[in-house]
Amino acid sequence: MRSLQYSNMHASSVAMTDPAAAVGSARHPPGDLAIWVFILAELLAFGVFFTVYAITRMKNVALFDEMQLTLDRRAGAVNTILLILGSWCVARSVAAIQLDQKVKSARWLLLGIAAGGGFLVVKLFEYSAKLGAGINLATNTFYMFYLSLTFFHFMHVILGMVILLAVWLKARKGGYSAADHHGLETGASYWHMVDLVWIILFPLVYVMR
Amino acid sequence: MNTRLLDLVLVMLVIGTGFTWWLGETGHAGPAAVLTILAIAGVKGVLIIREFMALRGVKFFWPAMVIGWLLLVLAIIMAAYWRGL
Repeated sequence: MRSLQYSNMHASSVAMTDPAAAVGSARHPPGDLAIWVFILAELLAFGVFFTVYAITRMKNVALFDEMQLTLDRRAGAVNTILLILGSWCVARSVAAIQLDQKVKSARWLLLGIAAGGGFLVVKLFEYSAKLGAGINLATNTFYMFYLSLTFFHFMHVILGMVILLAVWLKARKGGYSAADHHGLETGASYWHMVDLVWIILFPLVYVMR
Repeated sequence: MNTRLLDLVLVMLVIGTGFTWWLGETGHAGPAAVLTILAIAGVKGVLIIREFMALRGVKFFWPAMVIGWLLLVLAIIMAAYWRGL
């Protein structure tokens, strides 16, 4: 792992000084290889969840279509925008550190974390409205899926924010540079995965009928 | 990373999300609407994978795995929807 990190850092520094070498040197994904193994495992888990949802819906179309109308689609769209904004901020943070703009990079990270916080607040309002209306996991099959699937994702947003917070604490102290920002890229990759999953979850649960 | 490209991707993702939301709000349903919605999700996903996750230009295995996952999940969702008609 250490040698892989070194080779990535080395490749980054070579690419910075020699643009012609940039294409050839981009062989490994950004960040630690371990996070990519973790990301693939997470995607597999969400993929199974989405598949089971789609097959269960196939057998209960009327119920799922009726219950979907009781969801707050506007909140779902706002949350999609918030995650997209968060992902964009984190991508800008990586872009900034690649230019050695340390303060700017840390600020972009903080904005990304704030967007994640916004997502959690909106989702908590949604959960609160549903629980207030007496809806829970036992209400019906649709709500069992809605609550468990979105809460599973909700927990991933929290984990992503914890990771970004740890990265931000190091970034604000100048802990990353253009030559060494492996940790920042690792956190960013996980955060984008959380965004990617929601890109499917939103239309699947809130929109398509 | 090209920041102008990142900004452009952001705009495209927001437009795609707005259009998906509008399709839902205006009651669009049926195979054509679902195909459109899933196609938008596919394009948005590929943009995130290539530009935000920065897998463009990376060793083939990694973008192939993540984009492959995305396309497989969308295909399963579409197939299940079709079977449920």
